[in-house]
Amino acid sequence: MATTAVATPAARTRAPTRKAAAPSNQNRAGWLFATPFLFVYVAFMIGPVLIGLVMSLFNTATVKSGLGEWVGFSNYSDVLTSSDFWKSMWHSTLFTVLTTPILVLLPLLFAVLTSRIRHGRTFFRLAFFAPYVVPSAAVALIFAWMYAPEIGLLSKVFGWFGLTAPNFLGSTSGGWFAVVLLTVWWTFGFNFILYTAALQEIPEEIYEAAEIDGATPWQQIRMVTVPLLGPTISLVFILQLLASLKVFDQIYLLLQGGPNYTTRPVIEYIYDTGFTSYRGGYAAAATMVYFVTLVLISVAWLVWRRRPSAAENG
Amino acid sequence: MAEALSRRQFLAAGGGLTLAAALAACSSPVVTSLTGAQPAEADVIYWNLFGGGDGANMQLMVDAFRKENPSTSVESTTLPWGNPYYTKLALAAASGRTPDVAVSHLSRLPLLAQAGLLEPVEQAGVADAGITKDKFTPAAWSKATVDGTVYAVPLDTHPFVLFYNVDVAKKAGLLHAKGDNLKDIGGKDGFLAAMKAMKDATGHYGAVMSITADPSTSWRFFMMVYSGLAKQPLVADAGTKVTLDDSALEETFAFIQSLTKGGLMPGNLAASGASTLFGSGQAGFLFDGEWQIPTYRGVKLPSGKPLDFNVVPFPRLLGDKPVAYADSHSLVIPHNSGRSSQRTAEAVSFIKSLLDHSPIWAGGGHIPAWLPVQKSKSFLSQKPQSNYTQAAFNAVYDPIAWYTGAGSDFQTAMGSVVMGVLGGGTSPSAAAAAMRSTLQTFASARPPVK
Repeated sequence: MATTAVATPAARTRAPTRKAAAPSNQNRAGWLFATPFLFVYVAFMIGPVLIGLVMSLFNTATVKSGLGEWVGFSNYSDVLTSSDFWKSMWHSTLFTVLTTPILVLLPLLFAVLTSRIRHGRTFFRLAFFAPYVVPSAAVALIFAWMYAPEIGLLSKVFGWFGLTAPNFLGSTSGGWFAVVLLTVWWTFGFNFILYTAALQEIPEEIYEAAEIDGATPWQQIRMVTVPLLGPTISLVFILQLLASLKVFDQIYLLLQGGPNYTTRPVIEYIYDTGFTSYRGGYAAAATMVYFVTLVLISVAWLVWRRRPSAAENG
Repeated sequence: MAEALSRRQFLAAGGGLTLAAALAACSSPVVTSLTGAQPAEADVIYWNLFGGGDGANMQLMVDAFRKENPSTSVESTTLPWGNPYYTKLALAAASGRTPDVAVSHLSRLPLLAQAGLLEPVEQAGVADAGITKDKFTPAAWSKATVDGTVYAVPLDTHPFVLFYNVDVAKKAGLLHAKGDNLKDIGGKDGFLAAMKAMKDATGHYGAVMSITADPSTSWRFFMMVYSGLAKQPLVADAGTKVTLDDSALEETFAFIQSLTKGGLMPGNLAASGASTLFGSGQAGFLFDGEWQIPTYRGVKLPSGKPLDFNVVPFPRLLGDKPVAYADSHSLVIPHNSGRSSQRTAEAVSFIKSLLDHSPIWAGGGHIPAWLPVQKSKSFLSQKPQSNYTQAAFNAVYDPIAWYTGAGSDFQTAMGSVVMGVLGGGTSPSAAAAAMRSTLQTFASARPPVK
């Protein structure tokens, strides 16, 4: 499998220029070094996608060996007409709409502020990044206790002020609030670090020049920092968009997609149908529909990205 | 050139090393699974899904077998409980490497049997070991039977039961004069009066139940109340036909909503809240499964006194007979055409041994399904377990369909509707309509097994 992948490009480079033996050698070595990765990639990425594609055309059961009976595209028509599927697609979208702006802008703000303070910079960087390394199960457990009605910390805090706490785990709006708050606290650090790294790339001289020209700190941020962070903001945006669309852990652990499936994201829908109801073929079809959606979004971003960068680079 | 050569040598040496390592590890499970060779293994391979206290009890039972049968080796594997457990069982069966004995919930049995994963236990010769119908709780044995074939040996019945705080019940005047058991609180009015008395005695709540983010518990409670009233099961024809009784459904919903609307119990409470409130004496009753008994053992009240609680079956509520919603752990023999008759015989003797040692299992709160143990002193002396043995005989399980059972999407979806009723957000008639349409979605989906 891997050897044919190695042979083809090597043969192709050799064909046009016979003299250039060294590049060909290097090429072969390059493929050889990439082989372990390619092997893993084919075995764990391409392979499962192809198997999923085949499964989606059969009534496969996840508790039975074999593919089951051929059902053609009826799994797809079932998925596309299922209101539960579209509801879960909407929940993933809603979660993305709720979290992406916050998680793109708030870390930017704090990264810029942190980079401008003189003392304790490391402390703040660490403090902002630390939650990101906590596993999702632990985060969900901690927040589930804080949100718990009657006994939870947040419910008590509302009580101190004579207010009734929203029903964090038992109502739809409360559930969304609970999950978004958890997610912002938990994943904030990753984008924060990306921005911090990009900020360190901006040469000090530009700020000096701006200062000599009489730019105020706010003008420096607005006219120097933000424009130079443009590519990073764009990258963070698409990474965040895709990460948010892939949401599963925290909603599953905190709410199990409840109450009454009103927060169930599409991945949980796939998990529920494929591994709880054992409808493997149907779940595979749902996965394909979702997969195509993500690919379309990524392609749209690439197309949109290429335009301005081509103009910039001349 | 020399550099290229050394790199090649390096790579060759590396490849050789990898190969040598692979050959050296010939006996490892990875290699045997790639080559298809039979790995060196124990006489009985046993899969279970028990962690915590149940896991420790199961370990004691397995150790007891080892002690009595030193010539038979047992490899006991605990897999995490959850839906992938059954998928793993199926994958093992597909690759011909099934365990010899595995644990399954009886509520999940129809699906596993229909998928062809299980060996009919009577063909495996359990009758020769004395494992016969007349020695089991009838409800459990009949649930172990799918289309006339017995596919599992029931180990226990674990019903949804009524916990009560003894001190609060005494204060509420719900105990017999002798002070050792609950008075009859059966019937709708009797039960509501008892809840009210408990509420007055605690000053907080009559009862608590885990509702928020816990659809399974809501489902168990609903199924118990509904089954006492309705004459037919929820679905018929292996789950493809909805046979809901709408008037019974609305009456059930109206009743359970009256409990939370009247302030007798909180309508929004998570599992942690329920155990905190019951554990600190702020609620007289707790509605939960008997497997929670170990949670409350040795719990201290705020006053420093230990929590004194007892557990009884639920009384009759809306219907004329008490009903217990329950499930059972059972032992199955996964199908494997390559298993020798010797191995099968050892598997059967292992199952028999687990049944005989089920007084240990009862320590976790479960009612042994094996009557010789259920009637033995070693079980009858266990309190409060032996108080609710009757629940095993009044047990109602999930309806028979490929999508029902422990941890199923079905329980979550149906329980979610019930949660809406308990929380007060859904009216009984709207909930009845929601439940019908949810059930219809399952009934009309294409079954993965036939």
